[in-house]
Amino acid sequence: MIEIKKIWYYFVRYIDGFLLIGILALTFVGLIVLYSATGGNISKVSHQVINISIALIIMWLVANIPLQQIKRLALPMYMVGLSLLIGVALFGEINNGARRWLDLGVTRIQPSELMKVAIPLMMAWYFDKHEITLRLRDYAGATVLLMLPVFLILKQPDLGTAILIAASGFYVLFLAGLSWRIIVGLITAALGSFPIVWSVMHDYQRQRIMTLLDPSQDPLGAGYHTIQSSIAIGSGGVIGKGWQNGTQTQLDFLPEQSTDFIFAVFSEEFGLIGNTLLLLLYLIVIGRCLIITANASTQFTRLIAGSITLTFFTYIFVNMGMVSGILPVVGVPLPLISYGGTSMVTMLLGFSILMSIQTHPKLIKT
Amino acid sequence: MKHKVELRDHAAELRKFRLRLAVSTGFIVLFFMLLYARFYYLQVSQQEHYHTLAEANRISILPLVPNRGLIYDRNGQILAQNYSAYALEITPSKVVDIESTLDELASIIEITPNDRQRFKKLMKESKRFKSLPLRNRLSDVEIATFATNRYRFPGVEIKARIFRQYPQREIVSHVIGYISRINDQDLEQLEVSNELNNYRGSQYIGKIGIEQSYEKQLHGITGFEEVETDAAGRSIRVLSHTPPISGNNLILSLDLGLQEAAEKAFGDRRGALVALDPNNGEVLAFVSKPGYDNNLFIGGIDQENWNMLNNSIDRPLNNRALRGVYPPGSTFKPFMALAALELGKRTPEYSISDPGYFSLPGVNRRYRDWKPGGHGRVNLHKSLVVSCDTYYYGLANDLGIDNIHSFIGQFGLGKKTGIDIEGEVSGLLPSSAWKLKQFKQKWYAGDTISVAIGQGYNLTTPLQLAFATMIIANNGKAYLPRLVKQIQNSQTGLIEEVPPKLLNRLNLKPHNLEIVKNALIDVTRPGGTAAKAAINATYTFAGKTGTSQVIGIKQGERYNEKSINERHRDHAMFIAYAPAENPKIALAVLIENTGTGGSTAAPVARQVFDYYLLGQLPDETIAQLTESVDNSEHDHL
Repeated sequence: MIEIKKIWYYFVRYIDGFLLIGILALTFVGLIVLYSATGGNISKVSHQVINISIALIIMWLVANIPLQQIKRLALPMYMVGLSLLIGVALFGEINNGARRWLDLGVTRIQPSELMKVAIPLMMAWYFDKHEITLRLRDYAGATVLLMLPVFLILKQPDLGTAILIAASGFYVLFLAGLSWRIIVGLITAALGSFPIVWSVMHDYQRQRIMTLLDPSQDPLGAGYHTIQSSIAIGSGGVIGKGWQNGTQTQLDFLPEQSTDFIFAVFSEEFGLIGNTLLLLLYLIVIGRCLIITANASTQFTRLIAGSITLTFFTYIFVNMGMVSGILPVVGVPLPLISYGGTSMVTMLLGFSILMSIQTHPKLIKT
Repeated sequence: MKHKVELRDHAAELRKFRLRLAVSTGFIVLFFMLLYARFYYLQVSQQEHYHTLAEANRISILPLVPNRGLIYDRNGQILAQNYSAYALEITPSKVVDIESTLDELASIIEITPNDRQRFKKLMKESKRFKSLPLRNRLSDVEIATFATNRYRFPGVEIKARIFRQYPQREIVSHVIGYISRINDQDLEQLEVSNELNNYRGSQYIGKIGIEQSYEKQLHGITGFEEVETDAAGRSIRVLSHTPPISGNNLILSLDLGLQEAAEKAFGDRRGALVALDPNNGEVLAFVSKPGYDNNLFIGGIDQENWNMLNNSIDRPLNNRALRGVYPPGSTFKPFMALAALELGKRTPEYSISDPGYFSLPGVNRRYRDWKPGGHGRVNLHKSLVVSCDTYYYGLANDLGIDNIHSFIGQFGLGKKTGIDIEGEVSGLLPSSAWKLKQFKQKWYAGDTISVAIGQGYNLTTPLQLAFATMIIANNGKAYLPRLVKQIQNSQTGLIEEVPPKLLNRLNLKPHNLEIVKNALIDVTRPGGTAAKAAINATYTFAGKTGTSQVIGIKQGERYNEKSINERHRDHAMFIAYAPAENPKIALAVLIENTGTGGSTAAPVARQVFDYYLLGQLPDETIAQLTESVDNSEHDHL
């Protein structure tokens, strides 16, 4: 008995139980909705179960590594990610009019996914190094580190990922104490640079933004997504139409209903009550993450934990915002719920870092 | 002191961080409230509005699929048409047990294992609520039988659909290509080119050949109907109706009769033939043998037929005319001869004494002529008529590879011609720069020798050879080869001509052209390598025979047709145009693994000419040719 207890202890000692339960609850909700969204496609649901299992195993492995070890990886990971992004820009496969994948012969990879983890690590590492002497030029250096990959991803073009990576980097800057004056300045500059961004955007991206302003303008084209998902959410009402009873979903009026638009399926079938519970569940997970962040002992761990937490929130907000029609459709999945292995692994990798921060002995700086 | 400063910084930093974190938390709560407000607005305030949209009177926009344009030959013979028929379709999401439903259906309507297989494949690729065809073209009896049993099969319906059909099957399959169901790759393409809207409702798209290259013309514009439907999806009334616009009809320059005559002349042999009109570049015949039944691909080909076509040693899916690359063999010589005259390396009078081989100065290796012992005294005229190799070995050495490359390159060999169907390959006309790039090796004088007679690195497609022959026939005019001659607007019925496109006008001296063209005429006269194919012809034609080696023959060995594996035997080639004085047709023929051009390829050309110029069918031509068989002459290269 004691032996089993001991093994169990070694197995779970670096896992944050509270966070794990939240994650499992959300992925479970995801599977239930996926079953309905695919019209009862068991093979797709089991495939997602495999995705989740793989992501959980990776999470367990990474959570067992103390963050000082992970910290060493910050610079190499960033450099590898950046070179791969340059590789994509030069030799990437064109798919869907966008160049996102790199064929390494053995396997195809999407380097922008790696950057989602590498950017917060790198920027936190950078500020940790310059801890004592934080000057304006340090912030400027960090901004360059951030904007290089963001620009490359924007050119692919992958607006959704570029926004998320830019956000994750900005959160590090913000938490590291970037002065309010500069933040306001940056926001002004961002608004001012809109015409430039507009000019590098692809037609379909502009179309999405135009359609956001007036979806009815193009009911068969880009506006179709937003109109149909708004109808799905709205017609769900307070109590929803019931599991597998959403007419929008089952009659195939909803686009991409197992991936980016899965929230509309959930909303149609479980109504405002379901939405309330889902938002609360997300808030609980975010709350736990914020507590871990607040208790982190070093500048490095604080910054990285904060960035991961806020990015997680950003995913939720951007996805729900676009599905409910208050943000343009930019192609961001709903974390832990949307179908797909890559985003599941990226999400749980983030959580594993938080767990590692929380569960490994905290070093007090002297 | 330092220690103290650091501690103070540390504490201040933590304070600052916690403040920032608190601000962030505030933002998170604020943004979640914003989302919640939006949900409340949609699901409570506007719930009735959206409920109405979704449930009671849903306005759905139904695409109306346009009829696909038809394809005709130049004389109005139909090559691709549409017909409407009843199809038995199943919506998988409405069926509880697919297997038992299929079994029960099979008991009242004939369903072959192939139908089943194809349906299962479709089911895997499609969404569950899409209606998928199980059987097409139901007979009246079958429709009646199903109608009486309909109550037993929820989710199974009979639907009227438009189908594509290719009545000419194998004969023009390599030109027409086929349409097939739209797959994920097609969807991506359509999204990129911003055409997805126009394909809402379309099930098919051109995959290859004319059907692919002229997809935009053929598809038409999708119409829309705004319909009010109830919750079950039944339509209540039509709100607006925008009719679809049918695709445009295409009239090809192809002559179906000529195409059939050429097919017939080939018999069971493999190969390709491309015939062009030298006055405008129109493709008159475009044959690749064997062909395949393109109707098989429309509804998605079943595994059995696919394996048969794909694994066949005859490779019927390979478009030899467009994508087959072969050494041009001796058909390369007329272009070499022109190069010699134009570049001033040979005069018409200059002659050599042919011992039956050529050696580079100071090198032992012998490059043999096809005729042991040689042809005696040979000038430029005779070199073409008897196809003397030795003459060209020496000529090539004098010209040098890069002169050959740049001069003959003008005739389009080793380059895509730009014909209006996709998938053309470029072949190869070698140069020293190419070899350096490809093999990081310099060009050797010996490499040039085999290029001289169209072997070595030389690779051309039958289409390129026809194109080059056309340029000789019309004295230097490089017209873009094209298959579509006219486009008929589906709305107005007006026929628009596709104008000929002159790509390039070669600057060749008329005198030099005449010398080469006279020699090509003598090729088809007694003493020439294609003399037997011209017996009893009522017009003159000009041509050049060729043999394209499949495997190399070692020094000191002789090519012996009978001792060689059939697939390793030489390919027979012939390029020609007729009538010689005022050419109306120029062509290239290639017949795989049948030996020499004069004996097998040239008679095919003759049959095609006889049909095109005289309206005479191949059987009659063969009768004329065999009337006076002259066995005394050997086959020539």
